Amino acid sequence: MYNWDFYTVLQSFDLFLDGLLTTFEYTVGSVALGVVFGLITAFARLSRFRILQITARTYQEIFRCTPLLVQIMWAYYALPMILGISIPNWAAGLAMLSLYVGSFYGEIFRGGINAIDKGQREAALAVGMSGRQAMWHIIMPQAVKKMLPAFINQSVIQVKNTSLLYAISIAELTYMTYVVNSETYRPMESYTIAAVMYFALLFPLTQFADHFERRMRRSD
Amino acid sequence: MKTPPILSIRELRKSYGQLEVLKGIDLDVQQGEVIAIIGPSGSGKSTFIRCLNMLEIPTSGSFRFHDRHVSPDFKDKAAALGAGTLRRKVGMCFQHFNLFPHLTVLENVTKGPLVVLRQTRAEAEETARDLLGQVGLAEKADAYPSQLSGGQKQRVAIARALAMHPEVMLFDEVTSALDPELVGEVLQVLRRMAEGGMTMVLVTHEMAFAEEVADRVIFIDQGVIAEEGKPADVMQNPKSERLKQFLMRYHQ
Repeated sequence: MYNWDFYTVLQSFDLFLDGLLTTFEYTVGSVALGVVFGLITAFARLSRFRILQITARTYQEIFRCTPLLVQIMWAYYALPMILGISIPNWAAGLAMLSLYVGSFYGEIFRGGINAIDKGQREAALAVGMSGRQAMWHIIMPQAVKKMLPAFINQSVIQVKNTSLLYAISIAELTYMTYVVNSETYRPMESYTIAAVMYFALLFPLTQFADHFERRMRRSD
Repeated sequence: MKTPPILSIRELRKSYGQLEVLKGIDLDVQQGEVIAIIGPSGSGKSTFIRCLNMLEIPTSGSFRFHDRHVSPDFKDKAAALGAGTLRRKVGMCFQHFNLFPHLTVLENVTKGPLVVLRQTRAEAEETARDLLGQVGLAEKADAYPSQLSGGQKQRVAIARALAMHPEVMLFDEVTSALDPELVGEVLQVLRRMAEGGMTMVLVTHEMAFAEEVADRVIFIDQGVIAEEGKPADVMQNPKSERLKQFLMRYHQ
């Protein structure tokens, strides 16, 4: 029978907390930047200009069809060779996480906007609104409601995706767990604590998403 | 003496790719005039009325609002009036109402004045409550569109359009999606607007209503005005074979 010993591992509890904080920071940063990329992508794909459509589509397909781990490694090890400059690991990690999630957000935003009946835009234009006013005052408030469940779902995945940053030595939760494990030789306890911490961070989020979705359905 | 028309349209054409839907339509809309547009489905009458506030951009033709030339896409730099400015003056109601579902009835009516005319909230709400009273929905101000019947929705849509103080109102088959017993309440509102002197263009399938309320009836068929005139003449003594057949189907 395995002899659990959390005591040794919990001596390094502050390392876990540091890791969790870093995970949280990369999540918030990449979600915020990802929203910006996603919005730009969605509007580019909805625009009349073919060049914008194609550029946005190309970006999305590249980031959606390659693994995030490869993207992170590429940005950290390969890109500096091309550019001839060194890229700090935090910049490479944050950039790739943001671009990756932005490509998915772009689809979620576009889908939400497209799901709004064409008559809504026409009715807004018919009272004299400009295209931009119609988007901001009439279409977006309705589209956001439709996007939100998929948006939260993608953001939950994003929290977990930050664990891939361990590959370029960013001291987030998974990396810190690895460090604690190699000092204590207690993988069972170390990784269990990491799992519990991820769970504690995400479970409230998924609960909120469910709750929100139920409330939205009632108001429809 | 005849006053200059509010809207003056010449040789209006609209094509979708190879398909020409409107093949050169002329129309003058005079102040206070009520014009009913009738015609078989697919005749282009809906496309035509949507051109009147530039929801459909005409392929060619001249379009004047009072003495100003309208250029929907700003290609004509000399043109004084863009589509947005035109739409502030030309209100529209749709077959499927297109109310904003995330806003209350009151907010539906005040949104345009708040956003486009930059009215104060108090000012916009005062107008809105007054208009909701006129269409008989004063007590529904705080309801959401999903809580209304079709006839009520259409009356809110009318109030929403009127809140912009339009000079012309367009109605695109506004009773076609309604249950038969709800048509009357909407027609009643339209009748009162007509009596109040509002300039109106209606695409409609309500022949009796068109004959009663309109000053002029226009029969559009295959993208052209096939016949027009006073309601009694057009409805009772149709000259063309196509109009005779069209009306016959309604009298059956």
